[in-house]
Amino acid sequence: MNEVAAELAREEAYTGRPLKRVEDAALLTGRGRFIDDLPSSAGTLHAAILRSPHAHAELVSIDAAEALKMAGVAAVITRKDVTALTRPFTVGVRQPMQHWCLAVDRVRYVGEPVAVVLARDRYLAEDALDAISVEYRPLPPVIDPERAARADAPLLHPDVGANVVSDRSFAYGDPEAAFAEAPHVVGTTIRYPRNSVTPIECFGMIADWRPDDGTYEITTHFQGPFALHPVMALALKVPGTKVRIRTPPDSGGSYGVKQGVVPYAVLMAVAARVAGRPVKWIEDRLEHLSAASSATNRVTRIEAAVAEDGRVTALRYDQLEDCGAYLKAPEPATLYRMHGTLTGAYQIPNLTVRNRVVLTNKTPTGLNRGFGGPQVYYALERLMHRIADELGLDRLEVIRRNLVPKEAMPYRAAAGSLYDSGDYAATVDLAIGEGRLVGLLARREKARKEGRLYGIGFAAVVEPSVSNMGYITTVLTAEEREKAGPKDGAVASATVALDPLGGVSVAVASTPQGQGHRTVLSQVVADVFGLRPEDVSVTVELDTARDAWSIAAGNYSSRFAAAVAGTAHLAAMRLRDRLAPIAAQRLNVPAEEIVFSGGKVAARSNPENSLSFHRLAGASHWSPGTLGDGVDPALRETAFWSPPELAAPDRGDVINSSAAYGFIFDMCGVEVDRDTGKVSIDRYVTAHDAGRLLNPALADGQVRGAFANAVGAAFYEEFAYGEDGRCLNGTFADYLVPTACEVPEPEILHMACPSPFTPLGAKGIGEGNCMSTPVCLANAVADALGVSDIDLPLSPAQVMALIEPNEPPPPHAAAVEAREPGRALSGEGTATIAATPDEIWRAILDPASLARLLPGCERLEAIDENTYAADVTVRVGPVTGRYTARVRLSELQPPHSLRLDGDGGGTLGTGSGTAWIVLQPADGSTRIEYRWEAEAGGKVAAVGGRMLESAARLLIRQMLQRLEVGAAPAAKRPWWRKHLPLGKGR
Amino acid sequence: MKPAPFDYIRAGSVDESLDALHELGDEARILAGGQSLAAMLNMRLVRPTALIDISGLRELDRAETRDDAIEVGAACTQAALSHRLSREGRHPLLEAALPHVGHYQTRSRGTVCGSIAHADPSAELPLCLMALGGEVLLRSRQKRRRVPAEAFFLGVISTACAPDEMIEAVRFPLPKPAYGYAFDEVSRRHGDFALAAFAAIAGPRTIRMAVGGVADRPVSREWPMLEGAALDDALNAFAWELRGQDDQHATAAYRRGLVRKVGRRVIEEAMRCRG
Repeated sequence: MNEVAAELAREEAYTGRPLKRVEDAALLTGRGRFIDDLPSSAGTLHAAILRSPHAHAELVSIDAAEALKMAGVAAVITRKDVTALTRPFTVGVRQPMQHWCLAVDRVRYVGEPVAVVLARDRYLAEDALDAISVEYRPLPPVIDPERAARADAPLLHPDVGANVVSDRSFAYGDPEAAFAEAPHVVGTTIRYPRNSVTPIECFGMIADWRPDDGTYEITTHFQGPFALHPVMALALKVPGTKVRIRTPPDSGGSYGVKQGVVPYAVLMAVAARVAGRPVKWIEDRLEHLSAASSATNRVTRIEAAVAEDGRVTALRYDQLEDCGAYLKAPEPATLYRMHGTLTGAYQIPNLTVRNRVVLTNKTPTGLNRGFGGPQVYYALERLMHRIADELGLDRLEVIRRNLVPKEAMPYRAAAGSLYDSGDYAATVDLAIGEGRLVGLLARREKARKEGRLYGIGFAAVVEPSVSNMGYITTVLTAEEREKAGPKDGAVASATVALDPLGGVSVAVASTPQGQGHRTVLSQVVADVFGLRPEDVSVTVELDTARDAWSIAAGNYSSRFAAAVAGTAHLAAMRLRDRLAPIAAQRLNVPAEEIVFSGGKVAARSNPENSLSFHRLAGASHWSPGTLGDGVDPALRETAFWSPPELAAPDRGDVINSSAAYGFIFDMCGVEVDRDTGKVSIDRYVTAHDAGRLLNPALADGQVRGAFANAVGAAFYEEFAYGEDGRCLNGTFADYLVPTACEVPEPEILHMACPSPFTPLGAKGIGEGNCMSTPVCLANAVADALGVSDIDLPLSPAQVMALIEPNEPPPPHAAAVEAREPGRALSGEGTATIAATPDEIWRAILDPASLARLLPGCERLEAIDENTYAADVTVRVGPVTGRYTARVRLSELQPPHSLRLDGDGGGTLGTGSGTAWIVLQPADGSTRIEYRWEAEAGGKVAAVGGRMLESAARLLIRQMLQRLEVGAAPAAKRPWWRKHLPLGKGR
Repeated sequence: MKPAPFDYIRAGSVDESLDALHELGDEARILAGGQSLAAMLNMRLVRPTALIDISGLRELDRAETRDDAIEVGAACTQAALSHRLSREGRHPLLEAALPHVGHYQTRSRGTVCGSIAHADPSAELPLCLMALGGEVLLRSRQKRRRVPAEAFFLGVISTACAPDEMIEAVRFPLPKPAYGYAFDEVSRRHGDFALAAFAAIAGPRTIRMAVGGVADRPVSREWPMLEGAALDDALNAFAWELRGQDDQHATAAYRRGLVRKVGRRVIEEAMRCRG
């Protein structure tokens, strides 16, 4: 450490300077090389995936015969291919559930892959999707995690016998005594929503299978953790050496999400093998938003035992984690990533935790920026806010009194995290200092005097980085862990090499997703050799068959600065240590005397006695024979590093879940518009301690990025589902990511307490604001509105409901029907038709005229009494959808009332509806009263949600118009009598 | 997200496009800026067998004052209209509304008539047309007709335009002296579809307001001059009569609240702006 500090303190050091990103020129001029830009071999097939429109259904049959007849279609991959060539993915808990790369027995979420078409181009492949017919037998879905956890809920995986696939309880210290003794117990329940940090570039890959040696070769932006490489190999039933993964040079972002390429990589590998040709697949946005991956939604009950002065003596967590339809590796890691850190920034010695993992009919979850932090800190920092309110204390003071003191560092938190360094109180002072807090308080006071809604929020969080590969096994019992063998550590690797002309190159196993690895690594390595950053070239593409990697490799858990850059430094130091004796020989001084500086290698005592770096660096290539006895060549060094502090969980489930722990204190002021419920951020201050900053400009970029993501989580982003599991956010018009217009510039402050445990003293910084900012903003909104329960996202409608829970009633109660809020499509209405009830009855009961009544009905065939199979083309404006439907008439009370049910599926997804119709004679005409309910799933629900109800009403109107035409006897026409309060249908 | 196969016809003249429409009718769609249609094509929500591209037709790329209205041709982009209006400063309502239509980038391609033809219930331009009592000029091979905005919008993305017709132009009446105009909308993010959008016109003795984003089409109301509680009551009644719906972005109750509060704000601004 001292040596490193001295190194970095050197005047010419580049590390720690805000150098510009070397990556940007190519990206800004359109010269990025993303997955879709890479060349593919002649004959490469393009894949399109047929996906389930149902949230839960048995997969009865798949008929691809018509698709296979289409010109340009080479193959259709279905469950029989994947059951022959793969096995289900490894699961992180001991439960009998199967997750294949393609649906086998059931589909369990909307968007689950069911078949893959391989065709000459993507257009043809998508054309062929329409020609595959799949028979589903719908099962009841379960979407809400609390409902899914109940004993009577529909089961996703019947062999497991429950939807709760893991239920573990933990106790650290003596929480029961602390709760028993505490004068106050304060609690809150949080329902943290589902969201994701969405990359601009969706998933993509080129997969191939080499029949000569049985190797699968997949080029994809696999970001790790590389523990998933064995998962892929096991699924493909081949040794790890037969799965060769290469990554493209550039990435359009990941934020953890691209971990989700794993099941698709297996699927496309199988597809390439079946087709005998390379396969390219590029995910589109609808696929990505509906089915790629997501952070977990979580229900947390959190309680604190609190002393009179606001000190928290114990915490009690009950977390119900919703991982979606399958436990996709490494889940349930989201729940355990924060396990050692559950007491946050506070010195709380006693802790009890119950963790349950539940499965629901939603997209399986996975890595996501912040990974488990947003969920934990939303609960903990809302709780701290409430403790102050309930005890009548100052909110900031309650935070301060509980912070881990500087003197306690390194501090072992209750559940095991070893906080490496930090001065939390000083960081709080930094944030509020220079009049920042005073200014905020004054702004709030002024606003409130003027009758405006203004609030201040705080949040203090510990940001873990460099995950311990063993933390995930905390989900297992000590006995189960013993059987499986220990998992621990966080191996990072880096290689530094010298070329014959003395050039220095660096390669790391990190698969960057836009963070500027090349910039920072060249700074770090240049300093070791006394070179300029432009003298060091960095390659960031990875090839698992050639590069050094271990299972912790990859781009996640903010590993780069703390682990990867540090390991590159270690590799460079080793290479320098090999160069020094060679230089010593040439300069005729002892090796300890050698210094590397300014592109030269010189004797410390006599700088004139020197040679150029590139001559020395090339020496082992050109003249290995003259290096002399006992002097090894210096050509290439690969370093592996794993912090010894990262042990496996012990028998008491104590786990140091990460290697480094940064600290963040956030403070903000927000104003809420009384008329619209829109929240605007007035001031935002975020103070970070991420240890030593390797490049402050890039560190600030990470803070801004996470802050923008957090503004999205706080106000805009949610993966919403209908009760039937339909996806409601298939486009960026419905999944709202904030843009430059919505994200203000935060004030970023830094404090630097270097980590004693990482090679360069650096810690992660890229995820912290995803953890601190959502709750800081929510605390401010709660302060502005004076409310205590507040859930995300804080959409204007949700905020408005808090400001004004009651609205003025309609002027004439009879004139307007009110309706309870809800998402199901439903309505009622009346119409008067110039025909008698008998005439209308006959029109409905007669198949030929029924066919004319149903809008767009092209074929209607009786399959049972009053049950018909129909082909229907539904039209709403220019939108057309072909559906194959079943129509049934029941509850017949001729000629008075009946019930009409229809359900079907087609190119736009699924639809079903029920109408109850009552016919009342009225002056030779008939008054029709109707009530209806409908559901639409699949594509049309995912992309057209806000128009669905209007569209349903339009179809009903079409049907009533047809009824009038169809039922009225010819004599009574002109039929175009518009007795329409039809618009009243809703 | 690739469209189903279609033929692409680049029309050399309006007559050519009308001939193609006559022949293909329902199977064809007019392509102008493509800012709504292209997305629907890619998602295969719309599967025409042919696209008739009118974007290059100079005769339709116009925006001119005719008989007390600004007549905007079918190839005129939203950006072009916006530039023209900001130069001339003659149409406060459209000037206020146009910056809310999508984003700068989409306005550079998206056409004014395309937005009218698409008839998104939340869209700003149909709302303005409704508020102003404008007209849509429809043309088929056989005939031309003028349809008032009130009769043009039939429901969600549904209009009175027949399969063999295209919109040739739309007419936005010019502002009248002694009338005030105001526009505002509430959306989740800048450039999003409005949760509710408002266009108000205050005259010497009347108030007229159109609301978009709540019902399945823009809806307008006219009242005699109202103030205070009477205006609140009128807006409350209007809010309920619109029968808004819940969707994932907002509840019906929230939208009613916007009609009452933001609606009132916009009306008051229109009153202040009366000449």
